[in-house]
Amino acid sequence: MWQQLYAELKDKGFMVVAVAEETRGADHARPWIEQAKSDYWQLIDTEHRLSDLYNLVNVPQAVWIDEQGRIVRPPETAGSTDHFRRMDLNTRTMTPEDQAERLAARVAYLDAVRAWVTTGKHALPAAAARAGLPMVTPEIAEAHARFRLGVWLRTNGRATEGDRQLAAASRLHPDSWSMWRQAADLDEVGKASGPEFWQRVQALGERPYYPPPKL
Amino acid sequence: MTIVLTPTAEHDVATRDGLWMSAADAEKITGWTLKPEGMCRAEACVPMPASAVKGTEIDVEAFWKKLGGPAIAGEARDVWALGAPAQERNAALEGLLAPDFTLPDVDGVPRSLSQLRGKKIFLATWASW
Repeated sequence: MWQQLYAELKDKGFMVVAVAEETRGADHARPWIEQAKSDYWQLIDTEHRLSDLYNLVNVPQAVWIDEQGRIVRPPETAGSTDHFRRMDLNTRTMTPEDQAERLAARVAYLDAVRAWVTTGKHALPAAAARAGLPMVTPEIAEAHARFRLGVWLRTNGRATEGDRQLAAASRLHPDSWSMWRQAADLDEVGKASGPEFWQRVQALGERPYYPPPKL
Repeated sequence: MTIVLTPTAEHDVATRDGLWMSAADAEKITGWTLKPEGMCRAEACVPMPASAVKGTEIDVEAFWKKLGGPAIAGEARDVWALGAPAQERNAALEGLLAPDFTLPDVDGVPRSLSQLRGKKIFLATWASW
């Protein structure tokens, strides 16, 4: 997904770290990784550790980190948009206008990454980066503990109990699409984008699924 | 024996009555050390209620909840998850130093974010689902 960007910028002290939030593990993610023909890091995060550590709620989200290891942009949507919400569900297609807008948003995001690497543009001052961080609540912290427990139970032959923990995690952290969709996928491949997913998306109303990055 | 899961590790320790365990095991799992003033890590000490310490044994569930962290037990209470306290996560993120982590690549080779210091890093998530 990021290979062209990486190939273009890797000689400028730039690295891409792509993390698969994938409880089914490396073998499940491998076909996508092989298809990407990438030479940046492709890591496998079966327990969604990164989401816990960085307070992430969806994929794709990205964090920009500078040479000193400082966060210069907080977690934000990485090149996706909400246009998919208006797609024709029978044909699974978007209108040409929506497709064009979606592509333009992606190009604009990639251009912003390029500008950051080459000129430093879009790196936020500390106060602004901090202001953009979503707050971890005690409910979110508990949700991550229950998600961790649920994944452990599932991988140790206690799927029913594991699913109860995963469901409890989603109830505690309803903003996390990753928790809900991962649990749905573990239940059955495809369920993460099935009718229940669309109902949840519909229930957002005016709220975004992919909040646009504030570039 | 009881399995105790932390955000990054899995421990198998001797416990009784929930998460009562030796101070040595508690330290191994939590990184906090039992001292006369309470449970301590670096300069910080958290006073422990008398009901949560007996000699060199401590009630890690009580300690963890006092820290503000979630301590969740499985139904058979043979496995527990200790989650990071919300305030600890917030403080780390607000410091803006990108939290380090180690994860395997697709071939199982462990990679740490800190190995990339000196580069601009675009850290992005994806999933098949």
